[in-house]
Amino acid sequence: MSDNQNHTEIVFKKSSLGRNVKEQAFFTLFRGAALINALALLIVIYFLVKNGWSAITWDFLTEAPRESMTKGGIMPCIVGTAYLSFGAIAISMPLGIGSAIYLNEYARQGLMVRLIRFAINNLAGVPSVVFGLFGLAFFVTWMNLDVSIASGALVLGFLSLPLVIGSSEEALRSVPATYREASLGLGATKWQTIYRVVLPAAFPSMITGGILSLSRAAGETAAIMFTAAVYFNTQLPESIFDPVMALPYHIYVLATAGTNIEQTRHLQYGTSLVLIALVLGMNLIAIVYRSRLRKRR
Amino acid sequence: MKRQIKEGVIRRLFFMIAFVSIAILLLILFFLVKAGVPIFKEVSVIDFIFGKYWYPTASPPDFGILPLILASVFVTLLSAALAVPLGVMTAIYIAEIASPRVKEIAKPAVELLASLPSVVIGFFGMVVVAPFLQETFNLPTGLNLFNASLMLAFMSVPIICTISEDAISSVPPELKEASLALGANRIESIFRVIIPASLSGISTGIILGMARAIGETMVVLMVAGGAAMIPGSLFDPVRPMPATIAAEMAEAPFGSDHYHALFAIGIVLFVFNLLFNSVADYVSHKHRQVGAATL
Repeated sequence: MSDNQNHTEIVFKKSSLGRNVKEQAFFTLFRGAALINALALLIVIYFLVKNGWSAITWDFLTEAPRESMTKGGIMPCIVGTAYLSFGAIAISMPLGIGSAIYLNEYARQGLMVRLIRFAINNLAGVPSVVFGLFGLAFFVTWMNLDVSIASGALVLGFLSLPLVIGSSEEALRSVPATYREASLGLGATKWQTIYRVVLPAAFPSMITGGILSLSRAAGETAAIMFTAAVYFNTQLPESIFDPVMALPYHIYVLATAGTNIEQTRHLQYGTSLVLIALVLGMNLIAIVYRSRLRKRR
Repeated sequence: MKRQIKEGVIRRLFFMIAFVSIAILLLILFFLVKAGVPIFKEVSVIDFIFGKYWYPTASPPDFGILPLILASVFVTLLSAALAVPLGVMTAIYIAEIASPRVKEIAKPAVELLASLPSVVIGFFGMVVVAPFLQETFNLPTGLNLFNASLMLAFMSVPIICTISEDAISSVPPELKEASLALGANRIESIFRVIIPASLSGISTGIILGMARAIGETMVVLMVAGGAAMIPGSLFDPVRPMPATIAAEMAEAPFGSDHYHALFAIGIVLFVFNLLFNSVADYVSHKHRQVGAATL
């Protein structure tokens, strides 16, 4: 009897040793996978900073390109990107927050809601170049807006709509149900409750979503290639019906077109560095702000 | 009474705003079809999709997009082969293994990776990865199928990882606790209990990650090499569908056959996206883990 028990104990120990080794091996593997992601991010940033840092000067940030874009700065691109991204969120924020309010506050589960969600998911997946084609056929050609800030901002607004809806819904979901119940219990109507209680409570996290979609619009290239961006434009846009230069498109043009690709390499690195500094900076702000909001709750 | 009318109006207003997403999707489809379908007066749908030659500016032109479709499919599959293990393993690490402090850094890092603009990744692939590949493997060009897949993999990893991590984190804790209480160790619980329970979420992540890769434009435009031929090896230059549209739209005269053909490629991409999303929608609704009782 005791002999038998010893035997099983030994077997158990042996196999448990093997199991622990296996466990540790897999943990190391998974940790390694996570590390590769972090490394990839760091390597990209490292190369851009290493090669682009020397290009960043005050003149680079404040001057227009000169001598067929082989010298000078990127100021028109920064301005163009700012117009386009702020134009985009001016469109996507109201539509996105409105959609989120409907989906989270009013809608009852059913076919219609499922259809709307299916459309939002699809919209999130439509390739950016297809958005560009749509913008070309609809805004540029059919609505006669031409290649302009207006066309580009509309396309980018539609493109970032799913992102805004997603983050606004999350913001609304994080408002405790007791807030709504208290307000309704005091005799407020549904709209009064949403407007006076739910929205103010959800507003800070909605801002985070806004920053994220701003950065998404700022980095987008394919969608503005046929709708808003031009190779070269010494003048700053005077109205929303003018075309603009934009940071991402400028990188693409310098890196692939023309005869001076090698000569302008430092400008390409410099422009890329400015773009990722803007985009990663906005994302970091959003992430830090969001984690603070979560802790406060 | 007046109050009720006002409330009803507001409710309808918000419904209309939410309906905008459907309207935009239909509008996109409508304008793609409107500008794309005229090409099918010149070539049949079969010849367009299965034609082996894409010479849109030759005379007579050839509008066969099979090389472009195959390029997209190969690039997507290869990038998935790299991104799926990486993304899922990272998700498991973040959700199950990492300490809360590591988690607080790892999750934002993945988000930052997702936020890198595609043109910057394409640029990085051009100026850093391509010369490296060319020298290491002694290739005629570093701009090829493999390079594009590698860059795309890093764009789809964050999507796969985020969605999988959500799915893994939402597995009810009592399942894991039960498994541990029965004597299974953590890795056994992960493989036998947690992954099976979150499989539908993980699959959704994989599908959407692949959808991102097939539609991604700037990366394949800048690093895939641009040759509109059916690739024979991993290191051949290719020209996936989005790259073709982006590269040629500027040269295609408005209303020409070439212009219509590029919109028709847009329709193909739109349909691919619709398929991927329908499958993802089906998987996530059909096989969703609800509570602890259905495993």
